[in-house]
Amino acid sequence: MLKDVTLGQYYQADSPIHKLDPRVKLVGTLLYMISLFIFNNIYCYAIAAVFLITVIILTKVPVWYMLKGLKAVLFIMLFTVVFNIFFTPGEYIFEFGIFHISREGIKGAVFMIIRLTLLIVSASIMTLTTTPNRLTDGIEKLFRPLKLIKVPVHEMAMMMSIALRFIPILMEEADKIMKAQTARGAKFDSKKFMDRVKSLIPLIVPLFISAFRRASDLALAMEARCYHGGEGRTKMKPLKYKAGDIVSYVILALYIAAMVAVGILSARLAFFQFLSK
Amino acid sequence: MPIITDHLTYVYGSKTTLQKTALNDVSVKIDDGQFIGLIGHTGSGKTTFLQLLAGLIKPASGTVYLDGEDIYAKDFDKRTLRSKLGIVFQYPEHQLFEETVFKDVCFGPKNLGVDDKETELRAYEALKMIGLEDEVFYQSPFDLSGGQKRRVAIAGVLAMKPKILILDEPTAGLDPAGRNDILGLILKLQKEQGMTIILVSHSMEDVAEYADRVLVMDKGSIVFDNTPREVFKHHEELKELGLSVPQVSVAMSKLREKGLPVKTDAITVEEAVKEIIRVLR
Ligand SMILES: Nc1ncnc2c1ncn2[C@@H]1O[C@H](COP(=O)(O)OP(=O)(O)O)[C@@H](O)[C@H]1O
Ligand SMILES: [Mg+2]
Repeated sequence: MLKDVTLGQYYQADSPIHKLDPRVKLVGTLLYMISLFIFNNIYCYAIAAVFLITVIILTKVPVWYMLKGLKAVLFIMLFTVVFNIFFTPGEYIFEFGIFHISREGIKGAVFMIIRLTLLIVSASIMTLTTTPNRLTDGIEKLFRPLKLIKVPVHEMAMMMSIALRFIPILMEEADKIMKAQTARGAKFDSKKFMDRVKSLIPLIVPLFISAFRRASDLALAMEARCYHGGEGRTKMKPLKYKAGDIVSYVILALYIAAMVAVGILSARLAFFQFLSK
Repeated sequence: MPIITDHLTYVYGSKTTLQKTALNDVSVKIDDGQFIGLIGHTGSGKTTFLQLLAGLIKPASGTVYLDGEDIYAKDFDKRTLRSKLGIVFQYPEHQLFEETVFKDVCFGPKNLGVDDKETELRAYEALKMIGLEDEVFYQSPFDLSGGQKRRVAIAGVLAMKPKILILDEPTAGLDPAGRNDILGLILKLQKEQGMTIILVSHSMEDVAEYADRVLVMDKGSIVFDNTPREVFKHHEELKELGLSVPQVSVAMSKLREKGLPVKTDAITVEEAVKEIIRVLR
């Protein structure tokens, strides 16, 4: 049950994507997401999908494992699809009372599903192939220039890395508590909503207490080891770009170029079609 | 109410690169009223085994029979299992959640569908049995000391009146007095109420003193299954498994090496004393 959340989890494997510098993956994921938003036509989506599938194959993470992450957001997806279908004005092809389905609505819904799937899968690739530590290292280094305008980059990166590090710990803890309470006859799968909410108390109270205990233990341990923020701290494994990372940036640039080219071309195509009508 | 495990196997993270067979083809029969000591070094699969017995995780293959009934069968009522078999997890005090100690102990029996009066009676009995003073009954469990919290958690399981009691390292992190109290209580439950006990412990002395039968686990399999006296004869093999034998057994072997003609099969201090006196006479 709790194990189904793949977003934010690391999947260990020996792949070229795992070995990439986290900064490449961060920049890549960000640019990829932006490209999905700017170029929303079917040709660009095709390019984006091919690109993503290639990356998925390279990661060596089983596809079923990656798609498990989609299950968690299935509800949100259904919601947006329904909204799109019923509430987009345009050329109606089906009407029933206050409900009407338009051609534009269906098109919008299909595009939305494709876009959301690509977005979520691309985000989960980053976390599946990058350990939380490397991820925050990457973020810290990428955003370092912001220090000039007094943004506490190091502290934010540290907070994030602690939060990420604690997700699996707290999940394990929740699993343990759930088992212990189940053994005491608690039921977590009641049909009635109120019963279900009530049944969470024996899980949530101990979980919070353990989270607070761990937080104060960790704070003490950090202080005992003289942690005092980012000033003058050095890294054990400083990030350095390798040949593979440069190659990846080039591929990324080519991808963006392809997207821009196809995007402009298809916009022109649509414009001519519009003129000739 | 015998427990029989039939070729029980469990795999964590199946179909991923981190796949790990934590329990491998375990078949044992545990009879009524036995006091079983389960030992094995960390990661040998003890906790996994206990969770399977309690029906908390689904085996990859094989099954568990309680009273001849397959607890993993689709039509098996898990409530029967909960009322017959109680499990005290490692650090059970982490499961406390109610406002008062008394309410927390009531949680188990209430879930079993026991009526209010009987629930309170059972909670009171269990708290008395575990040796908690009346004045803490209505305090918050979070204000108690570590040892007291542990007792409250154990009482929470005892209040369900199980016939089989499983304990995963119940004395970890307690002081000697607290340990003796809890072990004494467990022994009493077995002797007076005929409860079946399965106790995981890292203390060979405790196992030697209390258990009738010792199961030794290694890499998900049971490698020894015998009386403590027989099991603790295997000094070398146990050492290789990252375990040891009771200190007195080592001491007796040393005495014999030095020329005192004692028998070396003593596993408790009491037995050792008798044997030495016998030889010296
Ligand atoms: N939730 C889990 N996920 C993955 N592996 C686990 C999990 N729990 C235990 N294991 C692994 O299963 C093996 C047996 O663990 P466990 O039953 O806890 O052993 P023990 O209680 O004897 O220390 C260990 O190698 C452990 O790493
Ligand atoms: Mg264990």
